[in-house]
Amino acid sequence: MKLAYWMYAGPAHIGTLRIASSFKNVHAIMHAPLGDDYFNVMRSMLERERNFTPVTASVVDRHVLARGSQEKVVENIVRKDQEETPDLIVLTPTCTSSILQEDLQNFVERAQLEAKGDVLLADVNHYRVNELQAGDRTLQQIVQYYIEKARKKGELPAHKTEKPSVNIIGITTLGFHNQHDCRELKKLMNDLDIEVNAIIPEGASVYEIKTLPQAWFNLVPYRELGLMTAHYLQAEFGTPFVDITPMGVVETARCIRAIQHSLNEQGANVDYEPFIAEQTLYGSQAAWFSRSIDCQNLTGKKAVVFGDNTHAAAMTKILAREMGIRVVLAGTYCKYDEQWFREQVSGFCDEVLISDDHGMIADAIARLEPAAIFGTQMERHVGKRLDIPCGVIAAPIHIQNFPIGYRPFLGYEGTNQIADLVYNSFTLGMEDHLLEIFGGHDTKAVITKTVSADSDLTWSQDGLAELNKIPGFVRGKVKRNTEKFARDRNIEQITAEVLYAAKEAVGA
Amino acid sequence: MTAAATPDTSNLVFDCETGNYHTFCPISCVAWLYQKIEDSFFLVIGTKTCGYFLQNAMGVMIFAEPRYAMAELEEGDISAQLNDYEELKRLCLQIKRDRNPSVIVWIGTCTTEIIKMDLEGLAPKLEAEIGIPIVVARANGLDYAFTQGEDTVLAAMAARCPDKAPATETEKDERNAVQKLLNFGRKKEDIRSEAAEYADHPPLILFGSLPDPVVTQLTLELKKQGIKVSGWLPAKRFTELPVIEAGSYVCGVNPFLSRTATTLMRRRKCKLISAPFPIGPDGTRAWIEKICSVFAIEPQGLAEREQQVWANLEDYLQLVRGKSVFFMGDNLLEISLARFLIRCGMTVSEIGIPYMDKRYQAAELALLEKTCHEMGVPLPKIIEKPDNYNQVQRIYALQPDLVITGMAHANPLEARGINTKWSVEFTFAQIHGFTNARDILELATRPLRRNHALKDLGWDKLVNVSSG
Repeated sequence: MKLAYWMYAGPAHIGTLRIASSFKNVHAIMHAPLGDDYFNVMRSMLERERNFTPVTASVVDRHVLARGSQEKVVENIVRKDQEETPDLIVLTPTCTSSILQEDLQNFVERAQLEAKGDVLLADVNHYRVNELQAGDRTLQQIVQYYIEKARKKGELPAHKTEKPSVNIIGITTLGFHNQHDCRELKKLMNDLDIEVNAIIPEGASVYEIKTLPQAWFNLVPYRELGLMTAHYLQAEFGTPFVDITPMGVVETARCIRAIQHSLNEQGANVDYEPFIAEQTLYGSQAAWFSRSIDCQNLTGKKAVVFGDNTHAAAMTKILAREMGIRVVLAGTYCKYDEQWFREQVSGFCDEVLISDDHGMIADAIARLEPAAIFGTQMERHVGKRLDIPCGVIAAPIHIQNFPIGYRPFLGYEGTNQIADLVYNSFTLGMEDHLLEIFGGHDTKAVITKTVSADSDLTWSQDGLAELNKIPGFVRGKVKRNTEKFARDRNIEQITAEVLYAAKEAVGA
Repeated sequence: MTAAATPDTSNLVFDCETGNYHTFCPISCVAWLYQKIEDSFFLVIGTKTCGYFLQNAMGVMIFAEPRYAMAELEEGDISAQLNDYEELKRLCLQIKRDRNPSVIVWIGTCTTEIIKMDLEGLAPKLEAEIGIPIVVARANGLDYAFTQGEDTVLAAMAARCPDKAPATETEKDERNAVQKLLNFGRKKEDIRSEAAEYADHPPLILFGSLPDPVVTQLTLELKKQGIKVSGWLPAKRFTELPVIEAGSYVCGVNPFLSRTATTLMRRRKCKLISAPFPIGPDGTRAWIEKICSVFAIEPQGLAEREQQVWANLEDYLQLVRGKSVFFMGDNLLEISLARFLIRCGMTVSEIGIPYMDKRYQAAELALLEKTCHEMGVPLPKIIEKPDNYNQVQRIYALQPDLVITGMAHANPLEARGINTKWSVEFTFAQIHGFTNARDILELATRPLRRNHALKDLGWDKLVNVSSG
């Protein structure tokens, strides 16, 4: 057992449901107790979805515990097949079905006899994988199912498309800014004169899956979702894939060069260098931004980055390499893919943190006192408590992270958005500090900058008043130094005198 | 309207569907109960699925360092490689060290049910060992829906209420700390004369968790009739749970508290006052009248009070009169809300409800029936364990003016030009007593007012018919 207040990645079935409900005309049936269909609320709320979420529960109740859920599951699948005529029904196990250990595969086979659509059991185990791993696996499973089905029927395309073409793999519902990223990637492909053969799973029909082999290559923009499918297609059809996330100016260029290499290997003879140069210098404003006086002022400022693998790694590189910001800590909650993250950020940050315990991250932030944080909603909240601005760069996210305006993180427009996000986070911090230096704020009672338990020392009125005069961005440090000074000398109450004595003692 | 949708007007019709409906998991009760019971700590013993639900359903509250946490079960717990008792002891000691609560409430979940973890057996042992009361409530999705979670917690708490007034002075002082604080500085005589304001009646304990302002409002409402509320289950603190003696009278304030009522009757030998619930001015009046009648007190000024509240609601009533409403059903407040809205002049075609306790809600059902007759509208059909898919088909056919539903269906229905109100808001808003009748209508009319403001823009249907 583990005491837990907050989790970064959801349970496995959420990943499966994200894949299933991204496809067009695919229905997921959860084998779950009443109340576990909370996914529908999230999709309807966060994505402001106009249509009913194609997810229903085959409810596990007391009767099911007594008799087994076979009849009920089969009935529910067949019923949904008639009501909505989906192309595919995905039976989705939950933590409950993991323990009941019923033969769900057998139910699927029974239901398949009656259902007109296809029926699949998602191959995910609640206790072994999380949301992201489950999503990756489910997508691969569905693709493999329809490839094999098409192969049996002899429907697989024999040739690649005439012009260079791509499958974009891993765009999903409830993914961080995925809709906007998708549009930006399509535009990028269009600019490179590459046809988009298919985008999966978002908005795709399962009938499109058989056309996947005719693409020249696969593009997998996110580390967490789609790689298994890309590997599968490579093994089956030799389709190469590019898995460099085009996030940030340098990485976008690297991604485009990898695409160029892949296409030229297949005899396309394309040269994207002029395009990259044009976009870098004039298309995106990010390169110019990094050269401008604004960005100069950010030089050496401290930042902490935390999120999923894709966004935390890309953000770390952007901050360190493209803006000259000092990333004092980069971290990810994707513990299962730790090695990759360490490789990506090595050389771009002082310290790496791999953890899914939000308390650890909060304490690290309190200790490091960065000028800005780039993290999830949880880090945004930590920032609020510590008075440190935070830009949100990864899930878990709130409704405000599903903007209706165009906000990609990928591609050249993405670089502009990220520049704004970074700059706005830091300037807000600067304004705040300037206000404090010139006493523009009301005096605030809260002065502690630590998340952990309060110190045992007391501050006198005048001591506090002096402490409050110290600019916010160094106040925490001064407070800690002073308290250490006081503790070393057994001083119980910290007055203004003690504060200045401590200051002199450290030679500041 | 189809024949099926026009119910028989003479009697209430009850039906039961498949139970394929959307509602919150009952563990959500920790969200309001940990705030209500200030010295408690709620430990939900379950999986990531439970944690994910709480984290997302509670929204920003999770960031306010709540006094609740998950005891997240891992594979070793499921396969019994780890010892439940040792694991729970480790976590509870950690909670004791970090928070020092007066009570730890264990919320059993589907998983603890299926693996048959004997929480009720483990709790007394661990309680003796660590010195903190441990209350066990099985608020799981196998057996219960949403607000019924509170019912399971309060039923468990009922067993912890002391059965006689504390004997020693010091103990009494401790228990009455709050009372003393309220009386601070007042002379003994004043306090004694206050006691005289009440009629002589047996002790009355109310049950149901309400926000403190509402507790005060309802308590004062009864005080006007000379009725003294000797305690409230739950109280603000676990250490202030009311004394419940055999023979005390109890009355519920919410429609989903049937287990608590049963426990109070059978285990604590209390007498249950079966009354409609104090939701809406009509419900509040009927609730007070019923309590008065049990104590043989002639209610004073209630008719005027109710009339005055209705008069103040006139602006809202004009919006709802003659409009139809459809309850999909997810929080068990449906019967009371429907009864109130019918009194407001609305018609109700269907009341979906997760679970219908006809005995506990008897008085409320009778008032619903009476209200329909008096207002001259057909009796609604009450659908227990509804089937959301079928309901949506009925909604398409009926085209009601308002659908009260969960968040999973609200946006899709709005996109199809159907006004919706999110049902969960009724659970978290203050809706009890005379004072809060306006809040119910504020909620119910919000979609009508909003959509009225946008009505000439021509974008009330925002999906292609083909896309369903």
